[in-house]
Amino acid sequence: MPDVNRGNRPLSPHLTIYRPQITSISSILTRITGNALLISSLLVVWWLLAAATSPEYFAVADGILTSIFGKLVLVLSLWGLCYHLLAGLRHLYWDTGGSMELAWAEKLGWACVIGSFVLTALCLVIIGVLA
Amino acid sequence: MAYLTDRKRAEGLGSAKEGTHHHWWMMVSSAGLAVLTPFFLFTFAPMLGKPHAEVVAYFAQPFPAIVAALMIAVTFMHFKNGVQALIEDYVHGLARKIAMIAMICLSYAAAATGLFAIARLAL
Repeated sequence: MPDVNRGNRPLSPHLTIYRPQITSISSILTRITGNALLISSLLVVWWLLAAATSPEYFAVADGILTSIFGKLVLVLSLWGLCYHLLAGLRHLYWDTGGSMELAWAEKLGWACVIGSFVLTALCLVIIGVLA
Repeated sequence: MAYLTDRKRAEGLGSAKEGTHHHWWMMVSSAGLAVLTPFFLFTFAPMLGKPHAEVVAYFAQPFPAIVAALMIAVTFMHFKNGVQALIEDYVHGLARKIAMIAMICLSYAAAATGLFAIARLAL
């Protein structure tokens, strides 16, 4: 629509020159982790399909998922899952109208970041015990 | 040079009356996933690296099979709606439509594949 007059409105500072803050970083991390989790989600589906197909095919999929590279992807994904879960709970809490103040938003941002590492370690311990 | 009418200018830029539903569905699926995730994580993850026969016997049980099936279905529908927001923000024009269709198809294909695998393991 070339003939639309969009006026001479001021533009917000562009992402690349805007100072990173915990509010903005914790927000974009939610999106990055959520979308990147597609990779491990597809790996899990592939692993299940292989298990449902044959012992030989399962050996291939299981071998890749439990290789050093596979474990690296899965542990990183576990962190992404923990972060996305905490950030998602933060959104559900925000949707109730609570803690929208800047000081609280910053505290919750740090809680998601630090909490994600704590939760990842906790999950790895529990999985280790169960395995 | 105002060839466009005021209405034509506004069309497609405002609410399509579906945003509330999208947000509500993200709330519902995220609340569901918050509960499902630990159940799935602690049933699925310990099975990695186990012998094939043990994995098949494990997912033949009702609880691990139902948890995995629910996790797969809700995850990929949550992903479908989440990636839609990502595409709407960063991709424009024809590429947006192609990306959106591709991601919706991928989400349903992955969900169907996962559910098929669980059904075959469980039954």
